[in-house]
Amino acid sequence: MLLTPEQQAILDGEKGETMAKVMKTLVMYGDAFEAEKLVPITSKYNHLVTSFGLKVMSPVYDLMQQLLDSGVASAQKFSVDPRPLDKNVPASFLQNFVFKNFMYTKQDFYEKQLESLGLLDKNAFSCACYLDEVGNKPKKDDVLSWAESSAVVYANSVLGARCNRNSGIIDIMGSIVGYVPYFGLLTDEGRKATWVIKVETTKKPEAQLLGSAIGMKVMEDVPFVVGLDKWIGDELNDSACAYLKDFGAATASNGAVGLYHIENLTPEAKEQGNALIAEGAREYIIDDAELERVQANYPVVWKNPNAKPKLCFVGCPHLSLEQLKSWTENVVAALEKNGKKKVTIPTVFTAAPGVLEVFNNTEYAKKLEATGVVTSYICPLMYMNNPLCKTMPVITSSNKLRTYTSARYYTDAQILEAITGGKN
Amino acid sequence: MKQFKGRVVTPGEVTAEALVSKEGFNTLASFQMALQFGDKEVKCGDQNNADIHGKSMLGKALCLPQTIGSTTGGLVLYCACAMEKNPACMLFANHIDSLAAAGAVLADVWVDNITMPVIDCLGDEFLDYVKDGMKITVKADGTVEVE
Repeated sequence: MLLTPEQQAILDGEKGETMAKVMKTLVMYGDAFEAEKLVPITSKYNHLVTSFGLKVMSPVYDLMQQLLDSGVASAQKFSVDPRPLDKNVPASFLQNFVFKNFMYTKQDFYEKQLESLGLLDKNAFSCACYLDEVGNKPKKDDVLSWAESSAVVYANSVLGARCNRNSGIIDIMGSIVGYVPYFGLLTDEGRKATWVIKVETTKKPEAQLLGSAIGMKVMEDVPFVVGLDKWIGDELNDSACAYLKDFGAATASNGAVGLYHIENLTPEAKEQGNALIAEGAREYIIDDAELERVQANYPVVWKNPNAKPKLCFVGCPHLSLEQLKSWTENVVAALEKNGKKKVTIPTVFTAAPGVLEVFNNTEYAKKLEATGVVTSYICPLMYMNNPLCKTMPVITSSNKLRTYTSARYYTDAQILEAITGGKN
Repeated sequence: MKQFKGRVVTPGEVTAEALVSKEGFNTLASFQMALQFGDKEVKCGDQNNADIHGKSMLGKALCLPQTIGSTTGGLVLYCACAMEKNPACMLFANHIDSLAAAGAVLADVWVDNITMPVIDCLGDEFLDYVKDGMKITVKADGTVEVE
């Protein structure tokens, strides 16, 4: 890798041993991808994936402390993934005991570390940091050092920013030195599609199911999706952006997609059209039967597959304001139709603190509260990341949550039916 | 015995028993429960990976196409190495992905006394040939012997 004199000096230790190790990490990381150079980060803010003070992750906090002790700080302020705990979310005495005394014992300590390193503010905890209410929305062609797979794929695909699927810790190291290695999704070549996905369904495909199917098929490649604009339109309005948020999270967690293009919709697809498709791109056709096949093949890991669900999570990634409003309308209408007043399964809708603040000032908040649905800023994945939840029948419309936990995936319609007194 | 030649991502020499994931290896899903609750055998917790779910990963020659999933993947691998709960080596059929590369590099730069050779670009034939339990020897130049 060719370094500038300034970069070489940091690597040689001119700014101290710790900065040299940070630079060495980025250079070795870039070398693994034959990166020719480091390029400046141009986004206003960074986004980190590690928000949780898990006792077991002590090597991470030790490393962060090394950075702080040597006077190193992020050159950018940053947002970070959602907090793992919220007293609003139903939990048993035993769960609370385990959370507080065994799992998240480092939470307060780690949040103080984040503040010292450059946390934007106390509310900057959301995986959907790019929503207006959170305020970390990069511009097209901005170069980022972000982690969080769902945020990276959204920033690349919907906003047209440039970011590799960086890991936690690498994310902050980029913004400490101000550079990232130039490879992969930062390059024009790396943003070309090597798969063409033809959507041939007879109805609007479920975002999280379509994303899952594509992720499992293309893995880390870049898909160019044809035929989806028929269902979600050719404008990046609130509805389309919310769809793509959920779709992208599923492609990233069920596979390793960091960028997708949607014909006639996403910025590069609109600008470049078929020129974005690489020579020899493979093809994958998705019809109703294929989506049914994908959903039917998800393993059900509940001890009793026929158990009545005890908890429902909606909002992984975090819901947008419009999604919160439409879920409220749908729950209210379905309860009325089913002759019920409250949801029949404890249900949590998760969203960013900033989104919840705005939502709570709308007429919808009282309506939702009346249905018994709880809102929270929690990360459902972190909530479920323990053996106690493994035996708990949890349902979700998140394919990301399904992938990492024992939660069972239902489509949005199935969730609505289940929580409003329809079938389990 | 069959030899394969790959590219050295992080150096080292080791001999270990093969553990083979034909599917993408989801680092978070595979390690999270084992690390969090002190599973001494470090059994793979990824319910979606039929090849290695429930099998011990500790000290094995982990053979895989690439890693997938959450971008915590690299730091999870880093933690596994810092806690000495890591595979003996990681052998990628494909080019290494950004998350695994991050984990391997973080361990190499920030963890003292760790040797976990990481070799990539071993090819599809490697993954077709290698089976669980085969003896794997990794050489410093990226040569991988399977017997």
